[in-house]
Amino acid sequence: MIETPDNGREDSARKVRASMTVSEARAWFVAEVLPLESVLMQYIQRNWRNQSEIADIRQEVYVRVYEAAQREIPEHAKPFVLTTARNLLINRVRREQVVPIEAVADLESLGAAAEEPPPDRVIMAREELRRLQLALDHLPPRSREAVVMKQIEGLSRRDIATRMGVGEETVKRHLTNGMRALADFLYGEPTDLRRKP
Amino acid sequence: MSASEHSLPDASGVEECAAQWLERRSCEDWSEANDVELETWLAQSPAHAVAFMRLEAAWNRTTRLAALQQPMRHPLKPAPQTSRVPVLKIAAAVLVTAAVSIGGSLLALHQENQTFATTIGGREALALGDGSKIELNTDTVLRMARGSGQRKVWLDRGEAYFDIKHDATHPFVVMVGKHRITDLGTKFIVRQEGDRVEVKLLEGSARIDANDGAPAHTAVLKPGDVAVATEDAMSIAKKPVKLLVSELGWRRGVLTFDHTTLADAVAEFNRYNRRKVVIADPSVAKLEIGGTFPADDVTLFGRAAKTALGLHVEDHGGNVVISQ
Repeated sequence: MIETPDNGREDSARKVRASMTVSEARAWFVAEVLPLESVLMQYIQRNWRNQSEIADIRQEVYVRVYEAAQREIPEHAKPFVLTTARNLLINRVRREQVVPIEAVADLESLGAAAEEPPPDRVIMAREELRRLQLALDHLPPRSREAVVMKQIEGLSRRDIATRMGVGEETVKRHLTNGMRALADFLYGEPTDLRRKP
Repeated sequence: MSASEHSLPDASGVEECAAQWLERRSCEDWSEANDVELETWLAQSPAHAVAFMRLEAAWNRTTRLAALQQPMRHPLKPAPQTSRVPVLKIAAAVLVTAAVSIGGSLLALHQENQTFATTIGGREALALGDGSKIELNTDTVLRMARGSGQRKVWLDRGEAYFDIKHDATHPFVVMVGKHRITDLGTKFIVRQEGDRVEVKLLEGSARIDANDGAPAHTAVLKPGDVAVATEDAMSIAKKPVKLLVSELGWRRGVLTFDHTTLADAVAEFNRYNRRKVVIADPSVAKLEIGGTFPADDVTLFGRAAKTALGLHVEDHGGNVVISQ
């Protein structure tokens, strides 16, 4: 390929690679990190007393994990996420001196199974549908109604507003609340709570 | 590093903003200018990015439920301008339909062969009762035998990755075209394209036979082996296992190229997308490109061809056309 006039092509390819790491980090985050959320939440809940801060801590763990992934994708997601959580909690404990430090030490009990694929990564289509169904069932009724019309029937916000007999702003609120509740359920709830016999 | 050691971000406020962006983006009047605004907001802080990705991923998953609704959609759908009451009934009916379909497919589990299929750009992971895993790539059809302890699948079209728990008394068999692959404890990839069957072995070993039993068409594959079989010939090449693993990026939704010709990269992209990339000018087909790309982002790939290779890239009726 030397005969082509563009001698800097290899360098350019390298630049493209660098600029692609953002998309790669995004793809990795969605595929590998989000399915670990129930494990992460369990870990934080077990080790942090102030329940009102749990969501903020989770978010901060995600930020750090994502920032790290933009530099280099960690090889194993689970130990990386849990170690990040532990370090964050330890730093906060040291500073606030609120929670006894030994509470943060049981990472190994969760990290031991690090090599196993996370349970959510391999899901049969049926299981996924059942979980989605349960997630929908858990929404407040008006949110569920709006989400069903939007996602399943494909209606516009205006049509949903007409059908529900409310204003578009209200539909928007039902939808955004629905989005947030769905994410909490689909990623945050422990798997066994979602299963029905 | 934007992460402050001393204060936590207000996760709830950020998440609310992310939800509003996501909701706005799903509206018909969303424009390219809005795209730029959203990208700007996402780039402002990784907190914005992670909150948005999380909501978006969950929200996208719910679209799968729409497929369940199809069979009952027409008989149930009322005229657009109806009052609220029938709508509630529809919502309820949709949920019931979903439940019935799920129950139905669970039932099918105990009957005959089961078919799994993905659309263009789709991916599906199957976990089998014995701990084995199968992942279907884009545009793939796979049937699975059920019952009587036999482990057998037919790859009718496309590509799949197999991670098989070995059981000497119940070998796992993949039927593909006129060939049969028998696992001897292994991870491998099988792809079918016309009458061409390609088997790449990552771990363990597997045997490939032609159904006609001709000994010349039988081989035992070792890690790194890439077997290509057609109706009357089989060849085996050796590749570094690391390279084979990097070709598995589709399992994460990405395609990785390294000194790949534009022609090959484009062919690979077109497997995953309905919007096609077209090389209008044969003289550029042999240029090489590298990098990791989201498999579903044709636009991004086009942009890379433009910036990295200095090519002319145009959008023609949804297709991305590349020329000198």
